[in-house]
Amino acid sequence: MSGALLRVEGLRTWFPVRAGVLQRPVGWIRAVDGVDFEIPAGRTLALVGESGCGKTTVGRSLLRLEEPQEGHIWFDGVDLAALPPAQMRAYRRHMQIVFQDPNASLDPRMRVRDAIAEGMRAFGIGDGAAERDDRVAALMARVQLDPAQRHRYPHEFSGGQRQRICIARALAVEPQLIVCDEATSALDVSIQAQILNLLRDLQVDLGLAYLFITHDLSVVRYLADRVAVMYLGQIVEEGPAERIFEAPQHPYTEGLLAAVPSVDPGRRGLAARVRGDVPSPRHPPPGCRFHPRCPKVFDRCPQEEPPAYAVGEGTSRCFLADPEGA
Amino acid sequence: MSEPALSVTGLVTSFPDGNGRARVVDGVSFHVDPGEVLALVGESGCGKSVTALSTLRLVPRPGRIEEGRVRLGGIDVLSLSVPEMRSMRGREAAMIFQEPMTSLNPVHTVGDQVIEAIRLHERVSKDAARARTVELFQEVRIPDAEERVDAYPHQLSGGLKQRVMIAMALALRPRLLIADEPTTALDVTIQAQILELMRELQRELQTAILLITHDLGVVNELADRIAVMYAGKLVEEGTRTEVLAGARHPYTRGLLRSMPSLARRGQALAEIEGVVPPPSEWPPGCRFASRCPVALSHCAAELPATTRLSSTHTADCHVVAREEAA
Repeated sequence: MSGALLRVEGLRTWFPVRAGVLQRPVGWIRAVDGVDFEIPAGRTLALVGESGCGKTTVGRSLLRLEEPQEGHIWFDGVDLAALPPAQMRAYRRHMQIVFQDPNASLDPRMRVRDAIAEGMRAFGIGDGAAERDDRVAALMARVQLDPAQRHRYPHEFSGGQRQRICIARALAVEPQLIVCDEATSALDVSIQAQILNLLRDLQVDLGLAYLFITHDLSVVRYLADRVAVMYLGQIVEEGPAERIFEAPQHPYTEGLLAAVPSVDPGRRGLAARVRGDVPSPRHPPPGCRFHPRCPKVFDRCPQEEPPAYAVGEGTSRCFLADPEGA
Repeated sequence: MSEPALSVTGLVTSFPDGNGRARVVDGVSFHVDPGEVLALVGESGCGKSVTALSTLRLVPRPGRIEEGRVRLGGIDVLSLSVPEMRSMRGREAAMIFQEPMTSLNPVHTVGDQVIEAIRLHERVSKDAARARTVELFQEVRIPDAEERVDAYPHQLSGGLKQRVMIAMALALRPRLLIADEPTTALDVTIQAQILELMRELQRELQTAILLITHDLGVVNELADRIAVMYAGKLVEEGTRTEVLAGARHPYTRGLLRSMPSLARRGQALAEIEGVVPPPSEWPPGCRFASRCPVALSHCAAELPATTRLSSTHTADCHVVAREEAA
């Protein structure tokens, strides 16, 4: 048994496609289709992939903001996937989420003080309004906001400051894990750097674990201990961050990394190795789901679905990693 | 010497702000030579998009061009009548935007929209325009071009829609293409495909490109020269290598250092302190002074002059001026 804070096994979250007057399901979008990973306390797993790969649905399924069909979400020894909704609510205290768009996650009519204190009230943290107010001030200072501004409304803050408010609100209930869903993607780079540094400092000081969901691979390298790469509902490669960046095993990971433009003027002319578009998650291709776009495809790929082979302290769902030979 | 494809001199564009008007583009001058790619770079709100829109007189009301000169080829854009201006757009200069969905009409096929754009400017039969459209679609590497001309926008992926937009923009072989964040809404593997396409087309057609972006990686892939904007002013300009490898303005340097990169890990990202001030708080001098780590006592009070660092490299900064004088 590993001592992971969070261990996800065989997670499946499918969405029905409904049609007709009776709105009967006529098919399924396999947003998350058999996903396994774990996050030790105080560590960061980055879940990366392009739009529609299912990474956001994974994050939402962990908090049961989407209901998974199958699988286990072991958090501190308890299977969250099996909890009745009332008990699940209590666990949200330990697992918080920060979204991409702070404007959508902050109520414009609620003062910042109340937004941050909302969770504390819900979970009975802090003894009375005065103590909660002190805690709000401390949290604001912790995320480098001026506590004197706690009576202001969200629109009086900049985008980066609003994301700090969201982080303070998540921290208010003393979680052990924060799901950051594209939390810095909408920010300008100079502001993004401020937020990434803040997230890292908070991790060191408070021992937080992060599930860092992003499409931006350069951010991943800065923050992650391990990286899981998703494609069409599955994790195609997982491993230590350094290894993923230095020696990617799966052709999709290779293609993703090769597609990130560098700012080094000596390195220009990136190669578009991955051709075409992502197929619909309603009809994933047979065999390996990546095979229609894969530059290394061979006869076995469309016929069998590759399992997650163990490779380089991680896994790769590619026949090229088959120890018996491709 | 041939005339630049685009030259902008002392451009001022304003928007209402409180009781007065804010000059969100404030005295900007630059040029794009024939066949050259100039990247106009900066963070949100720096005025780069308004600059681009100003060059085609597309600034939305209540924005207004106050001063300056814009020459497209040999034509003085600001003195044209409205019908003259309309006939010039598309023929002399065309524009593509970040979000192809908002530029394409959802109720017409993509082919019909390109055919209409061609026939708006040229007296050609519908069949001839359709044949040209198929050729254009092949030119931008749209697979199954003959069938795809009859597709509706929603039937195409984001990458294919952006290819359609590029085909439409290049239909009349303009001398200048203005590309405003052309790959920002795309996934990284699709962005790599579009960047590759733009590079190839630019080489084949020798179209001058004014590239507007916040992404320095995209800039490195496409640009010959780079102009950096901050709070309505150009702060640094130079060749791709001069700016990316030898930036001198503290803002450009901060921007480059705050970018997380695939090649770097571990150490804290350099931050640019604070946020861009709103126009109402712009000082009479350098607008970056309040965030600048090396600001001198007179920076906020006096406007910096342009310091020439090479025949192609300039920076508007008191500190650089002092370093050069020493």
